Amino acid sequence: MLGAMLAEAWSALLANRLRSILTMLGMIIGVAAVIVMLAIGNGVQAYIERQISSLGTNLLIVNAGAARSGGGFAQGIGTAPTLTLDDAEAIGRLPAVAAAAPVSAFSTQAVAGPANWLTAVTATTPGWFQVQDWFPDEGRAFTEMENRQGARVAVLGRKVADELFGANDPIGQQVRVRGISFTVIGVLPSKGQGIGGADRDDAIVLPLNSAQRMVQGGGPFRRSVRTIMITVERQDELESTQEQISQLLRRRHRLAPSAVDDFNITNVSALGDTFKQTTGALSLLLGAIGGISLVVGGIGIMNIMLVSVTERTREIGIRMAIGAPRSAIRLQFLLEALMLSLAGCLAGVLIGGGISLFISRFLPFPTVISPGSVLIAFAISAGIGIFFGWWPATRAAKLSPIEALRS
Amino acid sequence: MAETPVIDVRNVIKDFPSEAGVFRALHGVSMRVMQGEFLSIVGPSGSGKSTLMNIIGCLDSLTEGQYLFDGRDISAFEEAELAHLRNGSLGFVFQQFNLLPRLSARQNVGLPLVYSGRSRAERDAKAEELLGLVGLAGKERSRPMQLSGGQQQRVAIARALANDPRLLLADEPTGALDTKTGREVLDMVRRLNRERGVTAIIVTHDPGVAASTDRVVRIHDGRITYDGPPTAEALAGAGRQVAADGTPA
Repeated sequence: MLGAMLAEAWSALLANRLRSILTMLGMIIGVAAVIVMLAIGNGVQAYIERQISSLGTNLLIVNAGAARSGGGFAQGIGTAPTLTLDDAEAIGRLPAVAAAAPVSAFSTQAVAGPANWLTAVTATTPGWFQVQDWFPDEGRAFTEMENRQGARVAVLGRKVADELFGANDPIGQQVRVRGISFTVIGVLPSKGQGIGGADRDDAIVLPLNSAQRMVQGGGPFRRSVRTIMITVERQDELESTQEQISQLLRRRHRLAPSAVDDFNITNVSALGDTFKQTTGALSLLLGAIGGISLVVGGIGIMNIMLVSVTERTREIGIRMAIGAPRSAIRLQFLLEALMLSLAGCLAGVLIGGGISLFISRFLPFPTVISPGSVLIAFAISAGIGIFFGWWPATRAAKLSPIEALRS
Repeated sequence: MAETPVIDVRNVIKDFPSEAGVFRALHGVSMRVMQGEFLSIVGPSGSGKSTLMNIIGCLDSLTEGQYLFDGRDISAFEEAELAHLRNGSLGFVFQQFNLLPRLSARQNVGLPLVYSGRSRAERDAKAEELLGLVGLAGKERSRPMQLSGGQQQRVAIARALANDPRLLLADEPTGALDTKTGREVLDMVRRLNRERGVTAIIVTHDPGVAASTDRVVRIHDGRITYDGPPTAEALAGAGRQVAADGTPA
């Protein structure tokens, strides 16, 4: 009986094709909106997660503080030589810290034979590879010994290796940075775009001591570093370690209790959480708009089903006369409402999917249509079909057969 | 043999509440119809014949009295039981055919079988058999709009027979047809009555139609005024042949 009723419901919708499609429009728009929003939301989340984990896991970043003039005029992060290599070593000795890497970075032209390329140079210790969880897949990283000795060795990002050496094997080749020649000993695997869209593969990593003179020059900046990157053993120790580092640095820098920090610690995963919360709230808002459209679509279905019941009063009477129980009449109209909402949902999913794929081209990340969001769309649509179909169907079922036949 | 009547209406009263007060459509009507009978119920409009037909057809409840269908008192039946009874034991034929326009002839004929839970194969087989019986073999796929009035009414008759009902109830079945087609439809009901033993009641105001049945029940102002063979006088309509207590002469 159900099969026959499904077929009849379908033919009833086909009989009023234009009206059915117009009725479905509300559902289509609502579902498409929800699908697109969830796809973008999921895409952003996945993107941020990738970015955060590409920075390294359980990462804390300490930046040198701002230089302050007598009038309290702060000049911005890194303008005061407050962090030193010794600070980095002291932090590295904290039990919860897996690795700490002082980092100095600058932009310069790298030259190899006839080729040259403007790139970002990172001068750091071998701990950096561990902090970043990023090790050369060709050649090797430099060692603590090489760093201490100021060995003229370099590890290249994929992009720099390609730009400078093309198809040739870069290992063992020379690359000149600010007039000093370094031997390439390793190439890092590609990591793609970082936060803010910078190409992370466009980089050269040098031992800190080897690059010292290029970086610091002299004066108050000698043996100072701008940034210390730290990876913590366990995620649940991130916040306590952040506090320990803060206290350690205040002690080492002999700051009075009333003085402000002359450094700045960033918890990257916490930053990610903030990002996620923001995008999550945005997705929720847009999803709510889609939800409102779904409810409006549902009311449209109810409206058209009421019209349909009125129009087909005689048909209902005939069916009752030939023995349709009220339950079958109700089921028939419920099925029609359900079919309207589900067909609208299907179209909405397809259109929403198409839009998601289309806008992916204009976003720096792919949108993600999860099976879960499609399932949710269908479940909600089915719910709407039944909820808004119930009243018209019940009205149909309650008709008196004689009255209905007379109409 | 004490045969159980298909229809046994006993002192049925039907009231319709209205703003002007209660309107009594049937004033204690009694009649019996036995298996295999072919009769007509006649009377002018407003006489109560439609009300009586609705009650016989289990479409309406009665106010007072008793109605036994096949020996079962249906006054106490639930809505769902009445639907089941209409589906399995009654076949309706209407003046306006009342086919569903979206469905093919075969689907229309098979519709009652949908509600008795038969499979598609069973429905199609039965529908084709019945369409053959009413002379519409080859029209299975036609929609009502593609058929003539007479053909539509024959589809309706086939539909009424889908569940091999105890009673065929036809309300002005020739009313929307020209005389010749009406005649053919009537002959078909007559043939079904003779050859298959289908009990048939035709409600009509047309004396010509009533004349072709075996028994005429005339109703006037909610009372049966004649119940007997289709004599010329009975059909002419004054109807003084019934005693005051409602028993046939």
